[in-house]
Amino acid sequence: MSSIIIQVKRKKIEELVEKGKRLDDRSITDYREMKVEQGVIENAEGSARVLLGKTEVIVGTKIEIGKPFPDTPDEGVLTVNAELVPLASPTFEPGPPREDAIELARVVDRGIRESKAIDLKKLCVKPGKKVFVVFVDVYVLNHDGNLIDASALAAIAALLNTKMFKYEIEEDEVKIKPGYTPLPVGKRPIAITFAKINDKLIVDPGLEEEQVMDARLTITIDDNGNICAIQKGDSGYLTLKEILEATKIAMEKVKEIHKEIKL
Amino acid sequence: MSQKTEKLIDKKGLRLDGRKPEELRSIKFEIGILPNANGSAYIQQGKNKILAAIYGPKELHPKHLARPDRTVLRTRYHMAPFSVEERKSPAPSRRDIELSKVIREALEPSVFLEYYPRTGIDVFIEVLQADGGTRCASITAASLALADAGIPMRDLVAACAAGKVDSTIVLDLMGTEDKKGGADVPVALMPNFDAVTLLQMDGILSLEEFEKTVNLALKGCREIYTLQKEALKAKYLNVEKEVEE
Repeated sequence: MSSIIIQVKRKKIEELVEKGKRLDDRSITDYREMKVEQGVIENAEGSARVLLGKTEVIVGTKIEIGKPFPDTPDEGVLTVNAELVPLASPTFEPGPPREDAIELARVVDRGIRESKAIDLKKLCVKPGKKVFVVFVDVYVLNHDGNLIDASALAAIAALLNTKMFKYEIEEDEVKIKPGYTPLPVGKRPIAITFAKINDKLIVDPGLEEEQVMDARLTITIDDNGNICAIQKGDSGYLTLKEILEATKIAMEKVKEIHKEIKL
Repeated sequence: MSQKTEKLIDKKGLRLDGRKPEELRSIKFEIGILPNANGSAYIQQGKNKILAAIYGPKELHPKHLARPDRTVLRTRYHMAPFSVEERKSPAPSRRDIELSKVIREALEPSVFLEYYPRTGIDVFIEVLQADGGTRCASITAASLALADAGIPMRDLVAACAAGKVDSTIVLDLMGTEDKKGGADVPVALMPNFDAVTLLQMDGILSLEEFEKTVNLALKGCREIYTLQKEALKAKYLNVEKEVEE
């Protein structure tokens, strides 16, 4: 977008943030309205749709039999991919994922992987030979800011909703049996994203706030109140004080979200 | 990970390579070693061997990327196929693309981008050998290369990771510690401004552990900053000598 419009917008947003306010009347630590709906795509093994204000994300999961990584022969494989499809925003273009889509997928991946949300050992069929591969596909349907938190929430909601097919091993071949078991998911990591504007941190930045922010910080927290992933983004900087303040706010926000959204 | 065959920290509290928990690996810099580049630097940090080169400021291609009010910093972090145990495909991986982005964002706050409107500055990073902490070593080297290219900067950027290994908080994790350890927190700092320009984390840390780990990483950044400045000074003292001769 034209840098002049952004400069004008920035002034307005700065003035509001200085007073602890936002363009949409939220306080600087408020989330927009959050809605989670599970099981929205029947053909997927698991799915969820998240609305965060006007930001909308769908995540679908698929499970296949595949090969384990050589360094973890007895663990299933988790793959997270994100698509910023062009219908979601005038700034998204068709084509292979750009760096922002790759970063989004990797931040969502890190939260799930590092919190050990999925018991990957239980996804091993034959050590070193066959394991279950869980594909988590993040599909952004409307971009109105804070794709990370919406995608992370949709991803864990979809995983909690995921069914694994039953199987038995017959002469080295995996035979699929009728019926399903739930995917072993034991943690619910939640990502909390901040935008830094001047020297203020605001929670859950909307699109216009993201366009003018100096830096972005995402903190992912597991059920036990431990930090399991962090990502700073954008070209500004943070001070140690801001980082530590953000971790404390994030802890509170995660508790609120768990209370509000029963996953 | 299935069986803990070896301890990462021995009874004396020393690490696999004999370091104390809060000790950096040995670091060596060489500045201005690539004749074709406008600026360059080589870093050896433990077994990491990384080259960084700067091309620019120069005309930007494709032209529509150019900005009317500032230069565009572009970074490419790339690993040589022989840099790791199993051959790495030379095609950029998703990890490479993410790291290129976070490295660029770690360097951008240090550069006066507005001094060179409508141009581009390319930062090329080649990891020749990797042993944990390559993104940090890349930032440290790239910042020196930018200084070597004579690009006006607010400060150097120094980067270092800290993490948790066998329930001890340690500085500057090497490959095995990174793989088998409990958490890794890479940090980049502009020491004169106390400005953190890179912060990532993976693993599990409590709030208290995280605070301790970040502080240790920042301490590592400041130590590296001293080494960076010494390396730059040494280079210019050499230039002075050559001129006098």
